[in-house]
Amino acid sequence: MSIQTWTFIIVGLTFALYIGIAIWSRAKSTKDFYVAGGGVSPLANGLATAADWMSAASFLGMAGIIAFSGYDGSVYLMGWTGGYVLLALLLAPYLRKFGKFTVPDFIGDRYYSNVARSVAVIAALFVSFTYVAGQMRGVGVVFSRFLDVEVNTGVYIGMAVVLFYAFLGGMKGITYTQVAQYCVLIFAFMVPAIFISLMATGNPIPQLGFGSAGEDGVYLLDKLDGLMTELGFTAYTDGSKSTIDVFFITAALMLGTAGLPHVIIRFFTVPKVSDARKSAGYALFFIAILYTTAPAIAVFARTNLMETVQDQPYKEIPPWFTKWENTGLIAWTDKDGDGKIQYLPGSAIDGKQPMFIQGNGANGQRLISNSSGNSNELYIDRDITVLANPEIAGLPNWIIALVAAGGLAAALSTAAGLLLVISTSISHDLIKKQIAPKISDRTELAIARFSAFLAVIVAGYFGINPPGFVASVVALAFGLAASSFFPAIVMGIFSKRMNREGAISGMVMGLGVTTYYIARFKLGWIGDAESNTEDKWWFGISPEGFGTVGMIINFIVALAVSKFTPEPPLEVKEIVENIRIPKGAGDAIEH
Amino acid sequence: MDKALRKKYWNKNLKYLSILLSIWFLVSYGFGILFVDQLNTIRICGFKLGFWFAQQGSIYVFVLLIFIYVLLMNRLDKKFKVNE
Repeated sequence: MSIQTWTFIIVGLTFALYIGIAIWSRAKSTKDFYVAGGGVSPLANGLATAADWMSAASFLGMAGIIAFSGYDGSVYLMGWTGGYVLLALLLAPYLRKFGKFTVPDFIGDRYYSNVARSVAVIAALFVSFTYVAGQMRGVGVVFSRFLDVEVNTGVYIGMAVVLFYAFLGGMKGITYTQVAQYCVLIFAFMVPAIFISLMATGNPIPQLGFGSAGEDGVYLLDKLDGLMTELGFTAYTDGSKSTIDVFFITAALMLGTAGLPHVIIRFFTVPKVSDARKSAGYALFFIAILYTTAPAIAVFARTNLMETVQDQPYKEIPPWFTKWENTGLIAWTDKDGDGKIQYLPGSAIDGKQPMFIQGNGANGQRLISNSSGNSNELYIDRDITVLANPEIAGLPNWIIALVAAGGLAAALSTAAGLLLVISTSISHDLIKKQIAPKISDRTELAIARFSAFLAVIVAGYFGINPPGFVASVVALAFGLAASSFFPAIVMGIFSKRMNREGAISGMVMGLGVTTYYIARFKLGWIGDAESNTEDKWWFGISPEGFGTVGMIINFIVALAVSKFTPEPPLEVKEIVENIRIPKGAGDAIEH
Repeated sequence: MDKALRKKYWNKNLKYLSILLSIWFLVSYGFGILFVDQLNTIRICGFKLGFWFAQQGSIYVFVLLIFIYVLLMNRLDKKFKVNE
């Protein structure tokens, strides 16, 4: 059977499964809708958190980013896992004991202020929308590649599916579909990885495989370092980013992870405080399976690429190359006219994407109009690493179809989790808690469903008009989460003295500075291109790592302001005392 | 639960946190970033040690740290009778 047929069958089956689960787990109350009734087992919550967490960027993008950045890619590996330690140790158990529905709930009650609640709602919406845009785009990319439809059509199909189970089931529906989606995505990720590891090194465990030797007896990493330095690239195991930048980016990603509302609310769904700790452990375990495999895939893919294309005549290139060239994700421009592919450092093109023009070159390649001045002739979109890997390794068609289903599972599960945060922020934090406190549970549930519907439409719009690369858009959400939520929540738990004034000014300053920095150096909205170059970065920290600075500013401002303003009232101090003791969490969620 | 007991429980928790978070910092920011070049002179099979910590080792330690905390806290909760 063809890849196309297999893809239709496997993707169709998995979608039917998700929809079936959604119908089975319909939400009957707001408690079901917001926190799945508070009765999810720690294991199921761990699985769901892992699926929620691992987005299109993790599944499709990460191995690619690492393959093309080597050691520098470690920031994502450590950054997107290390945050769970902070979550399990500093946040999850206490927030679970607090026992409300959302992060703004905690901020609003702990800082006895609707202003604080509003700042938190705005931050939550901002972070979630930034993040969800990348997910919808990811859905579109997978569809366009495997089902041969337009990217935009893919986004529409994705929207329809997410809407269906987010609308019906809320958190309850999302949780159990995410459990299924984790199984699909991890299977889809591991099967090709194991095959490729076996082929490259004879070791079926990818984590060990990329530290072993190939058939020629040379260690794979040494071979790759050699291939790369020979052509003028930085060695794979050495980075090109500065140490301070690697440090700050890793920290921003970790702190951001711990501060992301869609991750935090997952821990409101388990019955007990000890379950919250345990399920963070399960979540990280399930995440670690993928995150320790990705760097192995990256090494296999990069080595394979260097060996397959370097100095090869275009006419003898394997069919996967031309296939991806047709989708526009690979482009070759024969700068020296020798008919061979030269893959060298630097970008082969000017701008972000190749601009294809009518007609074919002397070797049959697609012509582009924006080749750059250097001698690198090959443009490769790093997102294809995972998608193309099974084809490059010559695996059977059903595995290629499985990868498509896995990519969709990853993108859909994360999108659904984010959409829930958005709809909860609107229906619960804004309407119920601020505008119309007297509405009944039924009305609130209806509003929650309607907000989910609106959120899907907005997310779809961002998916069709994406603000940038899938992975870099996601990276920004982390900076914002790190500079707002993480400090506010941690101080709310660990300091009884922290008051309303301190927390609000901390959040506003942290968010403000981080947004300014990203707007200036990443998006180019402030100042002109000349003043926004890398050598103008403060302390040499890139926009991706600036969330760490925002967090430090948040802490300092909050502590300073709280020193000069009145202590929090007694009942708030009692809240803090109370969340530090695990007992009694079961009843806390009824309110 | 009286105040002194609460304080004892909380301080014990803070002690666990500081030890575990120090290890968390050491394996990632220490071994994987700050001392990566020094550790890269040591090799285990095909891996340079610093590179291995940055892309593998730190993640394994993270998982372990959480489960160690779960065990420690479950025991502590039981001892102070605040478990459910």
